[in-house]
Amino acid sequence: MKTRKRKHYLLEVFGLLLALLWLSPFYLMIVNAFKTKRDIFSDVLGLPSEFVTENFVKAYIDLDFTKSLFNSLFITVLSVGVIILFSSMAGYALARNKSKLSGALLLIFVAAMLIPFQSVMIPLVSLFGKADMLNKTGLIFMYLGFGCSLSIFLYHGAMTGISKSLDEAAIIDGANKLQVFWHVVFPLLKPISVTVGILNVIWIWNDYLLPSLILSDSSATIPLKMFLFFGQYTKQWHLALAGLTIAIIPVIVGYFFAQKQIIEGVSEGAVK
Amino acid sequence: MRNRDISFWLFLAPVLLGLSLVILIPFLYGFVYSFTNWNGLTATEFLGFKNYITLFKDAEFRASIWFTTKFAIVSVVLLNFIGLGLALLVTRKMRSSNLMRTIFFMPNLIGGLILGFIWQFIFINVFGSLGDLLGIEALTGWLSTTATGFWGLVILTSWQMAGYIMIIYIAYLESIPKDLIEAAKIDGANSFQRFRNITFPLVAPAFTVSMFLTLSNSFQIYDQNLSLTNGGPYNSTQMVAMNIVKTAFTENKMAYAQSQAVIFFIIVALVAITQVYYNKKREVDL
Repeated sequence: MKTRKRKHYLLEVFGLLLALLWLSPFYLMIVNAFKTKRDIFSDVLGLPSEFVTENFVKAYIDLDFTKSLFNSLFITVLSVGVIILFSSMAGYALARNKSKLSGALLLIFVAAMLIPFQSVMIPLVSLFGKADMLNKTGLIFMYLGFGCSLSIFLYHGAMTGISKSLDEAAIIDGANKLQVFWHVVFPLLKPISVTVGILNVIWIWNDYLLPSLILSDSSATIPLKMFLFFGQYTKQWHLALAGLTIAIIPVIVGYFFAQKQIIEGVSEGAVK
Repeated sequence: MRNRDISFWLFLAPVLLGLSLVILIPFLYGFVYSFTNWNGLTATEFLGFKNYITLFKDAEFRASIWFTTKFAIVSVVLLNFIGLGLALLVTRKMRSSNLMRTIFFMPNLIGGLILGFIWQFIFINVFGSLGDLLGIEALTGWLSTTATGFWGLVILTSWQMAGYIMIIYIAYLESIPKDLIEAAKIDGANSFQRFRNITFPLVAPAFTVSMFLTLSNSFQIYDQNLSLTNGGPYNSTQMVAMNIVKTAFTENKMAYAQSQAVIFFIIVALVAITQVYYNKKREVDL
């Protein structure tokens, strides 16, 4: 019994050391963001000899951080909202309609996941350019197109657990289809909506290539601004690292508050 | 809800519009234009397979396919190995196993672009100064050669994605009935035998899922490639996705880039379908 306990203890120490190793890139980023350019050069591993906070001020201003944070939030929240609303409606309609047609439609949505972004990128930009839609609205619509397949698939799967008699009871009470969906079905889909929301937030928040092709500088999101910012400071790591730290803070704050939901949501999405 | 109900179509209208205008129509449109001299706006001439013939002779494109394939093979093996290892570790009863899950998963939440920049700093500056300190020459000058650039990308993506693969394996590991393990223990199976004969076969579906994810992800990696090595030195670490973006938007060869994109689609689809088919078959056999 004693050796068992010791084995567990050793395993836990090993796990914690591994976790520290996992965190070390963040440690290196943060400590060096507080250093002067010379300090980074002379001692990259240790703590700073003096804590320089001006790096952050300069990076914050150059990143136009308030604005890019707002742009990122605006685009992510709206896109994910639209994806959740329209994909759940579609998942509901496809699950309640047992015909060959709806089976075929579901298959088309799933098959579309096989198309890599680069395969549609050039015509997409060209077509939306002709329609004068290379802006935030166009981008949000594109996220609906790219995000709906997986989301519909997840909602469709979740619908099998919701009894049809609930719909029928509401219809007898005089509700129309939209009311049935919104007041009866949608609230029951809440757990899967959390999963769909989390999976799409992670991807859209971090997306770089699509916004870089669509958005102008004034509506740049954090990744886009980060890329431009980095180009200016490739040889000034103290500023570049301060910028990276600032860009990561919102994600870490979000993770801190919702880690349980995030991990459960991702695991839910992976099993389906 | 019936097909002829207007409500059925109303519920589907937004996503059908989204899928058609964003994926299906551009996909077909791009396919047709890959046979022309399209410049992104207009096409004046039908070229037949000319773009495709050029593409097979294009050494840079071929090199990017080969580099991507090597990268995909190495990272699929490593990611599943590390991911399963982490999952086995954190599913033991330990006080800090939740904390570990949280930490191992963390890099996934941060975009590949930002992670690539962080690791660029680590490979160049931290590895460099460690190399000087310890007198290990191999550590200096990382990312400046093709080989170290390759391994740099592998390390970055393994660190980033292993937590995700871990989550998938955890989900399947936790669904294994406890009494099965108990029964094997009573029968005198040691922990290696229990893993080989019970755990491993029962997590086979997790392997299908994670292999699909890691394979299709490795083939499509772009952000990490851009921010870590930017394809350098001399385009030798340039992956297919990056090659297509560069051909289209830096060199402005739209029709040619589109023909690359069509080939790219065929590769990704073939790999994904073959892999799922093969793994599904294996699962049934077990």
